[in-house]
Amino acid sequence: MHEQAAVQITGLSKSFGGIEVLRGVNLTVRKGEVVSVLGSSGSGKSTMLRCINWLEVPDQGRIEIAGQRIGVNDAGKAMGHRELAAIRARTAMVFQGFNLWPHLTVLQNVMEAPIRVKGVNRAVALEAANALLAKVGLADKAHVYPFTLSGGQKQRVAIARALAMNPEVILFDEPTSALDPERVGEVLQVMKNLSAEGYTMIVVTHEMEFARAVSDQVVFLEKGEIIEQSAPEKFFNNPETERVRKFLELSH
Amino acid sequence: MSEWEIIWQSRDLFIKGLGNTALLFVLSFSGAFVIGCMTNYFLERGLILRQVCRLYMSVMRMVPFLVLVYLIYYGLPQYGIRLDAWTAGAISLAVYHGAYFAEILRGSRLTLPTGQIESAKAHGFRPWPMYRHVILPQLLYRSRPLIGNQMIYALKDTSFLSIITVQELTAAANTVQSSYFIPTKAFVITIAFYIVLSVIMDLCLRRVGARGEQRGFEHA
Repeated sequence: MHEQAAVQITGLSKSFGGIEVLRGVNLTVRKGEVVSVLGSSGSGKSTMLRCINWLEVPDQGRIEIAGQRIGVNDAGKAMGHRELAAIRARTAMVFQGFNLWPHLTVLQNVMEAPIRVKGVNRAVALEAANALLAKVGLADKAHVYPFTLSGGQKQRVAIARALAMNPEVILFDEPTSALDPERVGEVLQVMKNLSAEGYTMIVVTHEMEFARAVSDQVVFLEKGEIIEQSAPEKFFNNPETERVRKFLELSH
Repeated sequence: MSEWEIIWQSRDLFIKGLGNTALLFVLSFSGAFVIGCMTNYFLERGLILRQVCRLYMSVMRMVPFLVLVYLIYYGLPQYGIRLDAWTAGAISLAVYHGAYFAEILRGSRLTLPTGQIESAKAHGFRPWPMYRHVILPQLLYRSRPLIGNQMIYALKDTSFLSIITVQELTAAANTVQSSYFIPTKAFVITIAFYIVLSVIMDLCLRRVGARGEQRGFEHA
């Protein structure tokens, strides 16, 4: 009996207005694994990630989060809001544009979903949120509003907000792409710490060094297909395809 | 006896009218606020609800307020629903301005970044908690100036209700001016009262504005 995957993607396809963005993608992410998803813009990386929590609805394919199928219920019908929300609550996402809730303080941003979604007791949520903010190095910012933070700080709050859900998997959608170069390091450091703590992460990124140092698997998407998937040493030192070789050359 | 003395001697009438106007406004505004928020929420739920809400918003914005008041006060009794003037007036105000509130919130909703919704969905929010805790507070902060404007309209529309015999401020002024024929001073004092109410309302809204500023909404 093999261990259940954190995320299992089978035959995932998606088109936008007749353009095939994903073409039969298969991917297994085991518990505790960090998977980096690389590829040029328009290769389908973000769409794949957004299908995992049903922010995009796939045309075909099956996605399971820790063994539970998302989007389609046991009766084979499209999930209602309630069912979909319940399974989404087992995942979390960190966005390129942070998407913190501006009307709430940093602390409230981290507490909000556990309280409103999971029904966690306020005192318990408060304690957890404070611990998470300390973990991302922002304990002193608990009571400020997001608009006063730098991009790197906002993204670290977003990571704390994601962690507060105790997710089976955290989906990172280009988490450092909107940051100025000096702020990238602080976010990547937090993500490295998470991987060391055993969080399951799928990271769509352009950060080659991060992918090389932290990933268990590197996946390369090209025109909606995974054309290469391997351990980082092999991927970066000895890629199988000409396409990846060229991509790596140009990225250095 | 000077005209101002007559006004002073009629102070009980004015104070009662002022109290009625304030109460009508607070109740009908609260009603309109709830109706507006709920209508805006239902615009995003299901096709039938959306159509019903759109119809309501369109119709209300095309009907003159006074005609709606007549319809509810004089029209409904024909169908066995007899409301006293005060209740009919308060309901008319709430229903009428609720549509405008819904429209203000709808406009604000259109420019809310989609990322706000996506991050709520991604963390497992169901539609109602998402609306209540993530969307609505932002819509209110973002549309504060328009809401303030609409509140002023709602306050001033209470004066129409004097026509259906609600004893509010304008009705009080009318009683005094027609009894003693001192129209100018009676209405000047009435205007002063409306201005005072508006200023109080404005001060309350400024507190909301300060909260918005603290959160980075006012200089977006």
